[in-house]
Amino acid sequence: MIRTHLGKDLLYFDGGMGTLLQSKGLKPGELPETWNLTRPDEIIDIHRQYFEAGSDIVLTNTFGANALKFHDSQYRLKEIIRAAVANAKKAASLGVCDGRKTYAALDVGPTGKLLKPMGDLGFEEAYEAFREVMRYGEEAGADLIHIETMSDTYEVKAAILAAKENTKLPVTVTMIFDEKGKLLTGGDVPAVVAMLEGLRVDALGLNCGLGPKQMLSVLKEVMEYASIPVIVKPNAGLPKQRKGEVYYDVEPDEFAETMEEILDLGASAIGGCCGTTPDHIRAMVQRAGRRRPRPLTEKGDTIVSSYGRAVVLNRKPVIIGERINPTGKKKFKQALKEHDIDYILREGVAQQDKGAHILDVNVGLPDIDEVSMMQEAVTRLQSVTSLPLQIDTVDIQAMESAMRIYNGKPMINSVNGKQESMDAVFPLIQKYGGVVVALTIDEDGIPETAQGRLLVAGKIIKEAAKYGIPKKDIVVDVLAMTISSEPEGAKITLDALKRVREAYGVCTVLGVSNISFGLPCRPVINANFYTMALLNGLSAGIVNPSSEDMMRSYDSYCALMNYDQNCESYIRKYGSVPAEALKKPSGDLVLTLREAIEKGLKEEAHHGAAELLQTLPPLEIINHHMIPALDSVGKGFEKGTVFLPQLLMSADAAKIAFAVLKDSLAKNGGEAGKKHKVILATVKGDIHDIGKNIVKVLLENYSFDVVDLGKDVSPEAIAECAVKQDVRLVGLSALMTTTVVSMEDTIKLLREKKPDCRVMVGGAVLTQEYADMIGADFYGKDAMQSVYYAQRIFAEQD
Amino acid sequence: MDVRTKEAVRYLGYGNHAIDDRMLALISNSFQELEKAAGGRIVYRIFDVSLEAKDCLSIGTLKIKSRNLWRNLKSCEKAYILGATLGVGVDSLLRRYSLTDMARVVILQACAAAMLEEYLDCCQEELRREQEEEGYFLRPRFSPGYGDFSIKHQEQILRMLDAPKKIGLSLTDGNMLTPSKSVTAIIGLSRINIPCHVQSCESCEKIDCNYRRI
Repeated sequence: MIRTHLGKDLLYFDGGMGTLLQSKGLKPGELPETWNLTRPDEIIDIHRQYFEAGSDIVLTNTFGANALKFHDSQYRLKEIIRAAVANAKKAASLGVCDGRKTYAALDVGPTGKLLKPMGDLGFEEAYEAFREVMRYGEEAGADLIHIETMSDTYEVKAAILAAKENTKLPVTVTMIFDEKGKLLTGGDVPAVVAMLEGLRVDALGLNCGLGPKQMLSVLKEVMEYASIPVIVKPNAGLPKQRKGEVYYDVEPDEFAETMEEILDLGASAIGGCCGTTPDHIRAMVQRAGRRRPRPLTEKGDTIVSSYGRAVVLNRKPVIIGERINPTGKKKFKQALKEHDIDYILREGVAQQDKGAHILDVNVGLPDIDEVSMMQEAVTRLQSVTSLPLQIDTVDIQAMESAMRIYNGKPMINSVNGKQESMDAVFPLIQKYGGVVVALTIDEDGIPETAQGRLLVAGKIIKEAAKYGIPKKDIVVDVLAMTISSEPEGAKITLDALKRVREAYGVCTVLGVSNISFGLPCRPVINANFYTMALLNGLSAGIVNPSSEDMMRSYDSYCALMNYDQNCESYIRKYGSVPAEALKKPSGDLVLTLREAIEKGLKEEAHHGAAELLQTLPPLEIINHHMIPALDSVGKGFEKGTVFLPQLLMSADAAKIAFAVLKDSLAKNGGEAGKKHKVILATVKGDIHDIGKNIVKVLLENYSFDVVDLGKDVSPEAIAECAVKQDVRLVGLSALMTTTVVSMEDTIKLLREKKPDCRVMVGGAVLTQEYADMIGADFYGKDAMQSVYYAQRIFAEQD
Repeated sequence: MDVRTKEAVRYLGYGNHAIDDRMLALISNSFQELEKAAGGRIVYRIFDVSLEAKDCLSIGTLKIKSRNLWRNLKSCEKAYILGATLGVGVDSLLRRYSLTDMARVVILQACAAAMLEEYLDCCQEELRREQEEEGYFLRPRFSPGYGDFSIKHQEQILRMLDAPKKIGLSLTDGNMLTPSKSVTAIIGLSRINIPCHVQSCESCEKIDCNYRRI
C-alpha cells in the first residue's frame, strides 16, 4: 500500500504525457484518452519510458476522461479507463527491472467546466461525473487516485468526496497556483491546504502552471501550513510561445538541480508536468537518488477558509459577524418566512464592509425547512462574499448538508460536552473538515466555575482526538452569562478563557454581547467586556460589526497590542477627514425630493422624504412628488435624454425615499392596496442576469411585488411558482439565441399550466419578431417598457 | 477622455450625448475597482487555414461554415485562435453589487467590456509586431457570434486552446463563456496587407444599433 511509503520514502512520479503524445501525432483538440484504445502501444511505450527512467508512480492516460468532456465520444468511458489502467500496469511489467514497487495512479483532471456560481455546473453534477470515473478506476485495478491540475477548490472538493465515498483507494491532490500563490479562482495557499487536509487526503501539492524555480516560493508557503506529505510536479519552465506554438525550455539537468532544492524544502514526492520528458525524470532520479524526504511536522494553525481566502484564528484576534441570525430580529424572521434570501445576503455584505472576518450563519426557525434554507443561504452567501462562514445550527442534518456543499473549510457552531452531541458532530468534522466551536456544557449543565468549564473543554478535546481531529480544529467557547443574573459571570468567563488558553493552547470564541442582557445601554458594557476578553485570550468574538463601540474596542486592542503594524489600519480608519464632508453636494443648494430622485441622489432623497413627511401624509408624497419624478425620468429614458445608469440611480433614490415613508405608512393602516405580483427569471441555460435585475429594480419602484427566481431557471420551476402563488404576469430574460429555445419551452408550459398568465420577454438577442415566434404576449425592448406593460395588464385585470 | 472611457460610455448607450462629471467620476472609479478585481489572461495558438468552396473553411481541426469569416480570412494562410478572460473576480464584483446598487452594476459591466477590449488590443499589438518580422499582416479579430460565425464553435475552440486549464476559461451548456467577461477570436495572418480601417463594430450590418461606434 502506497500509504505506508508516502511521506517516509521519497517517491517519484512521472513527467508530461501531452507533449509526448503530440510528438507521436496527437492533434490539438483531439481527445488523448481515446489513444488508450486506438493506439495502446504508444501509451504503453510512454509509461514504460517513465518506469525505466525511475518513476515509482505513473499516471494513467485519463486526465480528461469524464462524462462532461466525453459526451461526444464514440468510446465508452468505462472501456477507456479500463484500458488506461491496463496500459500502465503492462508498462510496469516491461519497464521495471530492479524489482521496486510501482503504482498506477488513476489520473483525474478537471471537468473543464466552471462550477456554480461562476459557471453553470452544479456541485452534485460534478460529483456524479467524478464518481463514475473513480468507480471505474478502482474496478480496473488502479492503486491510488491522483486528482491534479485543479484550479477550483469547489471542483476539487467534489472530486475528493467522489473518490472517498465510492472507493477505498488512497487519494492525492495537486493544484495549479500562479507565482503569487493564488489559484485561478482566487484561493490562497493556506485556504487550499486547510480544505484539503480537512477532507483527509493522503497527500497534497502543486503541479503545472509554473516551472520548478517559480514553484519554490509557493512551496515554501505550502510547507508553512501542510502537515501531510507534499507532492511537487512542475512544468519544464514557464510556457513560451514561438509563432503561436507553446514550448518549454528548462533542460533535464537544470530541472533536476532545482528539484533538489524542492526536496530540501520538504517535498515528499516529485515528478514533472507539461514539457517534462523521461529524460527530465531520469536526471532528477539520478541526482536525488534514494535520499529520504524531510520528516513531516504537525503544523498548529487554526484555519477556516472559503474559496477565496483563509482566516487564521491563532495569530491575531478575528471578528465573527453575528447578524445572520433570527433570534430577536423581527425583520430577519420575516425575511426567512418569505424566503427573502437577498435580505440575508445584504446582511452578509454589510458585515463584510464593516470589518467582519467570518460570518455566522443561523437560519433556524420553528416553521421553516432548515436543511434546505441552510444550504441555500450558504451557497448564495458564497456567491457574494469570500468571507469564511460559520455554520450555526443544532440540526445535525442541516449541519451536514451545509458542510457538504460549503466551498472551503467551514467553522461549525457547535459541539458540546454531551456524549450525544460529540457522537453526532465529530464524524462530520472527520469527513468534511472544519473548525468546530466546543461549548463548555455537558450532561450536568454549564459548570459554575472556571475549573469546571476547563474540564469540559478537556473532555471534548480528548474525545475529538479519537476521530483524528487535532486540537487546532477545536475552538473553545467558555460561555458568557449575563451579569444581571450572574454577578460573578464575567469574572468566571474571563478566568476560564485564560485557563483554557494556558492549559490546552487552543483558540477561543465567545458570544460577547450576552454579557449585558437585561441591562441598559448595552453597547458600553459589551465593548468593555470585549476588550477584557481579548486581553484574557479571546481569539474570535462573535459580535455585531455594525456596532461602533465594538469595532472601536477591537481596533484599539489591535493597535495597542501591536497586531496592527505601525497602527496602519487604525490610522486609515480613524485618521481621515469625515466622509460626510466629501459627500455633500456642492454649494448650499437644498434639493426637493423630486429633484433628488430625478438626479438620482440617495442621501438627498432620504432627507427630502423625511422633510416632507413632517407636513404631508405619505400617500400624498408618493403620488405628488415621487411618482411624477419617476415618470419624468422614465419618459426621458424613452426619449433618449436619460440613460440607463441615471434611470437606475433615480430608482435607487426613490427606493430610499420609499423606505423612509414605509414606517409611517404601516402606522396609518397599511399600503395603498394590495401589491401585484410579477415573476422574473432568466431562463434555463442562461446565466446572465443583469437585464433581469434591472427590470426588477424598476418594477419594485412602481410598487410591484417581484418574485425573483434567479438565473438558469427551468420551465417547470417557473410554471410551478406561477401556479402556486397565482401570479398573472411573468417576465423572462435571455441573452443568447441558444437560450431563446428555453424561453419558448417556458411559455408553452405556462400556457398549459397557467393559461391566464401573461408572459413578457426581453434580452439582448430578442426582437419583436422573435417574441412573436415563440408566442410571448409582449416584447419589452427596454426596462421601462416592461413597467408600462405591467401597469397596463394589471389595470385591465382590476 | 481616454479610449476605454469612451468605449464604456458607448456601451452605456450614450451615443453622441454628452455625459456629466458625476457619471465620468463613477466610470473612473469603476475602472479603479475593476483593476483590483480583474486578472487578464490570454492563450493563443497558430493554425493553418484552408479556405474551401464558397463559405466553408477550416482552421486546424476546426471546420466552419461562415461567409463572413471566409471573407475575413480571404488570402490568409494561417490564423491565430485565441481565448482571453478578465477572470472570475469581475463576476464576483458584479454579483455583489447586484444586491445593493444596479446602477453601479451597469457601469461596471460597461467598463469591464471596455477593459477586455483594451486588453485584447494590447495583446494583439504585440502579436502584430511579432508577425511583421515574419512578413505577415494581421486581420481584424473575428469572434464566434459575429455575423454568421456560429457560437457553437466555442467548444472546439476552447478544446484546441486547452483554455479551461490554461486560463480558466470554459463554457456553459448553452455555449456561454464563463467567466462572463471573456472572448474567443480568430485573427487571420496574411502575406498581403489589406488596409483594414474598418474595425469589428463598423463592419456590422446592423446599422440602427444604439451601441454602434460612430
